[in-house]
Amino acid sequence: MPKVDVKRDLFFNEVGRHYTKDEFEHQCFEYGIELDDVTSEREQIKRETGELKENASDEVLYKIEVPANRYDLLCLEGLSTALKVFNNREGTATLPNYHLAPNANPLRLIIDKSVKDVRPVCVAAVLRNVQFNQQRYDSFIDLQEKLHQNICRRRALVSIGTHDLSTISSPFTYSAEKPEHIKFVPLSNNKEFNAVELFEHFHTTNSHLKKYTSIIKDFPVYPVIRDSKGVILSLPPIINGEHSKITLHTKDIFIEVTATDYTKAHIVLNTIVAMFSKYCAEQWSVEPVEIVDIDGKVSVTPNFTPTIQNASVSYINSALGLKLTPEEILVLLRRMSLPSVIVDDEKDNKSKAIRVTVPITRSDILHACDIVEDVAIAYGYNNLVPSLPPTNTVGRQQPLNKVCDLLRTEIAMAGYTEVLTFALCSLDDNFKNLNRPDDGNAVLISNPKTAEFQCGRASLLSGVLKSVSANKGVPLPLKLFEIGDTFGLDQKTDVLASNQRRICALYCSSTGSGFEVIHGLLDRIMLLLRITRSVGESKERTYEIKPLDDPAFFPGRSVGVFVNGKKIGGLGVVHPLVLQKHEIPFPCSALELEITLPLAY
Amino acid sequence: MSSSSSSSTHPSDQGDLFTRIETELFNVLKTEGFISNSGDWARNHQWEHNDLLVGVLKSYEAWGVVLLDTIEQRSVVLTEDGNEILKNGSPEVRIFNAIPQDGVNQKEFDKQIKASLGDLTVKLGFAEAMKKKWIKIEKETGKLLRTVPSVEDDTRAQLEDLSCLNESGVQALRRRKLVHDAVFKTFSVKRGPKFTPNWRKPIADITPEMLASGSWRDEQFKDYNFQAMGSLTAGGHLHPLMKVRAEFREIFLELGFEEMFTSRYVESSFWNFDSLFQPQQHPARDAHDTFFLINPALAPENSVPRDYLESVKQMHETGGFGSVGYRYDWKEEEARKNILRTHTTAISSRMLYQLAQDYKKTGVFTPKKYFSIDRVFRNETLDATHLAEFHQIEGLIADRNITLPHLIGIISQFFHRLGIYDIRFKPAYNPYTEPSMEIFGFHPILQKWVELGNSGMFRPEMLLPMGLPEDVRVIAWGLGMERPTMIKYKIPNIRDIFGPRIDLDFVKKNPLALMEIRKD
Repeated sequence: MPKVDVKRDLFFNEVGRHYTKDEFEHQCFEYGIELDDVTSEREQIKRETGELKENASDEVLYKIEVPANRYDLLCLEGLSTALKVFNNREGTATLPNYHLAPNANPLRLIIDKSVKDVRPVCVAAVLRNVQFNQQRYDSFIDLQEKLHQNICRRRALVSIGTHDLSTISSPFTYSAEKPEHIKFVPLSNNKEFNAVELFEHFHTTNSHLKKYTSIIKDFPVYPVIRDSKGVILSLPPIINGEHSKITLHTKDIFIEVTATDYTKAHIVLNTIVAMFSKYCAEQWSVEPVEIVDIDGKVSVTPNFTPTIQNASVSYINSALGLKLTPEEILVLLRRMSLPSVIVDDEKDNKSKAIRVTVPITRSDILHACDIVEDVAIAYGYNNLVPSLPPTNTVGRQQPLNKVCDLLRTEIAMAGYTEVLTFALCSLDDNFKNLNRPDDGNAVLISNPKTAEFQCGRASLLSGVLKSVSANKGVPLPLKLFEIGDTFGLDQKTDVLASNQRRICALYCSSTGSGFEVIHGLLDRIMLLLRITRSVGESKERTYEIKPLDDPAFFPGRSVGVFVNGKKIGGLGVVHPLVLQKHEIPFPCSALELEITLPLAY
Repeated sequence: MSSSSSSSTHPSDQGDLFTRIETELFNVLKTEGFISNSGDWARNHQWEHNDLLVGVLKSYEAWGVVLLDTIEQRSVVLTEDGNEILKNGSPEVRIFNAIPQDGVNQKEFDKQIKASLGDLTVKLGFAEAMKKKWIKIEKETGKLLRTVPSVEDDTRAQLEDLSCLNESGVQALRRRKLVHDAVFKTFSVKRGPKFTPNWRKPIADITPEMLASGSWRDEQFKDYNFQAMGSLTAGGHLHPLMKVRAEFREIFLELGFEEMFTSRYVESSFWNFDSLFQPQQHPARDAHDTFFLINPALAPENSVPRDYLESVKQMHETGGFGSVGYRYDWKEEEARKNILRTHTTAISSRMLYQLAQDYKKTGVFTPKKYFSIDRVFRNETLDATHLAEFHQIEGLIADRNITLPHLIGIISQFFHRLGIYDIRFKPAYNPYTEPSMEIFGFHPILQKWVELGNSGMFRPEMLLPMGLPEDVRVIAWGLGMERPTMIKYKIPNIRDIFGPRIDLDFVKKNPLALMEIRKD
């Protein structure tokens, strides 16, 4: 979940209430956010660099965790407004009235078809007469960064550029050009670079922007935004130009958002203008920009067309087990900053529904169920009276799990101690360390973080041997077992892989390999499954063991186990080379069988 | 067995020997009343003193039959080097004797003699023989020659009988580390308070013979040490995590839940994410969080019924059933990517889809309560509380008009059975549930509020494309199994309860996994 840093005192001023820490934590819990940390600039610097900075501030900072789909809570402005409105229990708080204030001579941005394959979407807006101070300016920069890290997916999906409008002139163009042709002085620099040189510069200076270069690096052309005079505003999604840089004195802000995803571009633009139109001379007003798309079609952004979401009163009450009146619901929704009215239910004209005009800040509302949640939050989850569901069903175990649980107990009673090892392992664990050839049947992971977890285990033996290896100090003989799933490729299933339920047991002793001990366990398991030893011919529910080479076992001391003539596993004296690979100095015998339901029933 | 050798270690010989010592001891105590020195007494009978006789005497002392007084005797004994000289002669004599009458080339001699006597003996012996002027090296030829016809081995003679030496002679041998001082502990033995002429040894244990003959009446039995631990029990042990799993299973079964079949580690992104209305750009679908596969990389093209796939696609792209959808280009290729399932909810989704198909076929919706406990996989950076795989516990109820208070009610029931009575719910975000609630509880062991799990109502965008009736709602909750187990057994590192490096002693000494802490 994203975290937002706010100055506590300033934040409480904006919310209009001064809390104790406990009160604030309680409020967070009810609203669905979390006070993650209480710190200060000085403490943060000390924590990050280990140094004490003399002139750092001691002002209390709150680090607040917000839900990942609430982009409107990613800055002090949005968070304080939301809580202020939430705290107004009467539901009479004024909600921000976000509106478009068109210019007689609208600014225009023309999208060239060259961006089609690189980063096709561009939207823009203008904030006029913004009153910045240091804190607001910092918050403005910080919100962009928070959006970049979250909904923008580290700029891959969406990126934001903000510019001092007084330094540039409309119409703007959004096109893709050869990297060598994109020459400009990048932000916070005084030297001119072309895009190729700039990327090299980021790499040699190990800039924090280096990681974003991969988003466009392999394209033959890079996206660029220029003004009417050819001045470069930005090289999305990497960096803006120094020329149009925003300062504390900037009054008119031009905001461009480029993206690969149209919906997300709109959400990001709307979030920024909603949050910072608060500081415009005409509060909550946003000047739209004309966008000329690839086909020459003109549209206007930002798109403030309200989304209407209807939720019937009966649906809300039914989902929450409540009997709220429509009026009560209106108050609850208003506390969640959702302006709504009572209308007739479309499906049942005798009943009422709630029509919510979803504000531009609430892109998380997709369906009436989202309205239900907001009603529930405002009502208070912990004010709902728990009741047991009326659903009348009977309990039932998975038969295979039941069989295996019964076997586990029996095997433990036979003196074997249970281990529980990982289903993931290295490729060597599966094959080389068991002296077995790679049969190409293992499920292979494409992006393992460690060599320990490269593939799915093809047998349980490796994990059990590792358990022996990790417990060399224990008194011998050692008897271990595991029942669990192995997995491998399987053409017959809808994902081309399947699990197999298996038993593995191992006997390790200083006095002998104990083949007969493990054989005894096999006989016991078969007895428990009501499968009898076959004499001569293989009949129904009989088992036999026959010599069968398995490189994991010692030659001549390795057998296959057959039930009704079909192989279900094997046992043998573990091969000395396998023991050596696991650094086990004592002889071992082991058994591994596949357990299927027909064996038990 | 006829051997009477005292050095024999055959158990029955040893037993005979004990009996003879004991008989002799009682004879002496009866007739003489004391033994003045156990060392002398042992030597006279050719019994080993320190390990054998002292052992017998100490047990009789413990029974109060004899009283022992320690006698300390200091004496000079040979060291290992001393014994070596006693056996083979002193190095200088051995060097002297090795030189032939008419001399020998020094270098050759060196090589040969070092091979047979060893470097150190040669070095010491050569120096000593030169010092005593027994041998010399002819400068012109480099030949080694005897200078005297024969020599006496004085050192060996001294070691043979140390009693002939005066203190300065002994001191000289001490300096050469051929002798050292040793303290011998022997005992004077007299009758103890419990001594009677016909005293009988207390018996360790009752035998079938005693039961048969009734001789147990006349025997004296040894005292037991009740402070000692009993012997370890035989038998195997179940794994602690599996014991906790059994408890959770039991709770679900008691509450009437049916177990889902979860033996399916490989899932397609479709069932793990898309069918749950989790958008394709969601961070959980990143390679940072999810294990993708090289083989089998993709689920086959028609592994999901086409009509269902299309309705899921439409829900993501343009919405429907009252939803505006996520409004992006949904890619089938992305949905076909196989992964190791990141949650068992992938199985829940399959089960609910099946339920919807049954409903479509029969027109009858059957309410269900499902549960599962099985492994899930995350491409986590590993640390003390995170592994690449862990066990997820999941419960869900599908019924018409089921409510959020029902979810709160069933979760409360569930956690009451784990001994957690104070439960609170916090609004949360989860892509496939709405409303979503994080579950917090006041933990009786930790004595603080902790997050216990997640819960919510599945979104209509997930259920309606499956074909479930509109008034069917599904409430669900989930939690990891490792964390409650770690809290219960106070284990801070997850690798100590799961994986091949677990200490078997922990498995063996693990108590019952009773999760509930009863208040009364």
